[in-house]
Amino acid sequence: MAEIEIVSLKKSFNGNKVLDGVNLKIEKGTTCVIIGRSGCGKSVLLKHIEGILKPDDGKVFVDSKDISRLNSKGLNALRMRIGMVFQGGALFDSLSVAENVGFGLLENLCLDEKEVEKRVKESLGLVGLAGISGFMPSVLSGGMKKRVSLARALCIKPEIILYDEPTTGVDPITADSINVLIRELHDKLKTTSVVVTHDMKSAYGIADKIAMLYQGKIIAEGSPSEIQDTANPVVYQFINGLAHGPITE
Amino acid sequence: MIVNFFETIGEKTLAFFRLLGGLTGLISQAFYWTFIPPFKKGRIFEQAKRAGIDSLPIVSLIALFIGIIMALQTAYQMQRLGSEMYIASIVAVSIVREFGPVVTALVVAGRIGASIAAEIGSMQVTEQIDALQTLAVNPVKYLVVPRFLALSLMLPLLTLYADIIGIFGGYLICTSKLGISPTMYMQITFDALLYKDLFTGLLKTVFFGMLIAFVSCYEGFNVEGGAEGVGRATTRAVVTSFILIITADCFFTALFYFIFP
Ligand SMILES: Nc1ncnc2c1ncn2[C@@H]1O[C@H](COP(=O)(O)OP(=O)(O)O)[C@@H](O)[C@H]1O
Ligand SMILES: [Mg+2]
Repeated sequence: MAEIEIVSLKKSFNGNKVLDGVNLKIEKGTTCVIIGRSGCGKSVLLKHIEGILKPDDGKVFVDSKDISRLNSKGLNALRMRIGMVFQGGALFDSLSVAENVGFGLLENLCLDEKEVEKRVKESLGLVGLAGISGFMPSVLSGGMKKRVSLARALCIKPEIILYDEPTTGVDPITADSINVLIRELHDKLKTTSVVVTHDMKSAYGIADKIAMLYQGKIIAEGSPSEIQDTANPVVYQFINGLAHGPITE
Repeated sequence: MIVNFFETIGEKTLAFFRLLGGLTGLISQAFYWTFIPPFKKGRIFEQAKRAGIDSLPIVSLIALFIGIIMALQTAYQMQRLGSEMYIASIVAVSIVREFGPVVTALVVAGRIGASIAAEIGSMQVTEQIDALQTLAVNPVKYLVVPRFLALSLMLPLLTLYADIIGIFGGYLICTSKLGISPTMYMQITFDALLYKDLFTGLLKTVFFGMLIAFVSCYEGFNVEGGAEGVGRATTRAVVTSFILIITADCFFTALFYFIFP
């Protein structure tokens, strides 16, 4: 079985069907990029992999385990193997950068403070922010918040990393450095990565596989070159960023 | 017009039952997580300290004025009956049994409840609550448990303090303007107060404290729609707390009236 398997996943909020039968397999050690328009349910899909949202119908398997059947202990154990990088960082604003990054370890594992401190330093080093551990999140720029959020995810040494729009809302240079970072981490740590984005440049740069989410379903998936040569008019319109086409009709 | 009116009533009733259902769920989870280790006393203490320090100035001010107002209003009626002696005892008993607890609870709901709802609400809209879960931390245990324990501890203490300040307000008026001697005032005050007055007054504040914490946390968790939603949730937390505090107080007063006659 693949590392992550999503089987006919459905989810609606107040009658608004967001996911309407999503099927997706992500193999261990690969990077899968999920593309789609804003508001099409990409974040909702990621939150199902962490078990933060519960499916209305369908199943999510992570490491062959059906996560809706795990008890809270099992779910927590699984969550400690998955790191999530949030769109806006989602840093705890009452805690310093170092406390944010070490939070998962301090709350869950019986590591002593020295050990946690070491891991925090290591994680901040990986994202290139070694010197800011004493800062409060409120003084950081958007790009720095995303990177601290990544450091927080890395600190628990996850086998899977979920990225929610890691390059949205930062300048092109920072965006590229984040792409490089995702690529490097993937090569160095051999993690399985799921990246949600609507930034095509980033998608081509980091993906082993690209999947497009449209109207609650995965309508196309394939390698970056397969997606680029798509015959599907919806995918074509999206990846080329055209104002006119089947999506906007 | 009439149909609209009934529709509105129907909607409000539904919303009320949704609130009760949601609150019950949150309360049972909070009690469950209270007894699951690890226990972090520091977190409760930090919340208690914040609640205490933040509400102390306004509680002092309002309690003092209530004492003064009570003394003046009672004096107005007692002077007609020629029994100024009773002012001290009426002030003391009404403050300790009723005004101290309720006014303190309302002030704390407005001051601390609002800030809890705003804090948790903004954590909700910025995905910090989701982030807690991805790091295998239960949001109810991390956020609700320390707040409800802190408030159910701090509200009785603040009330006790408000009682003292309120009685002091009455004392100021009676000794300076109404010609009652200080020793006499204190004597009457202590004679009038029974342990059960103090006990029932403080006991209900334990519940008021929990109520404020649960309502505020609940509204915070259920924010919808960004920063504007946080504002709405904050207002709702305060209004709902006010209504529930007054309702609960009516219930407690009746209950204590019959079981401690
Ligand atoms: N907790 C929620 N409650 C209600 N609606 C939600 C919730 N989360 C997401 N939605 C709705 O689901 C849709 C998809 O949202 P999202 O996954 O955040 O989009 P995106 O693809 O931009 O990440 C949106 O219409 C949003 O309003
Ligand atoms: Mg999103």
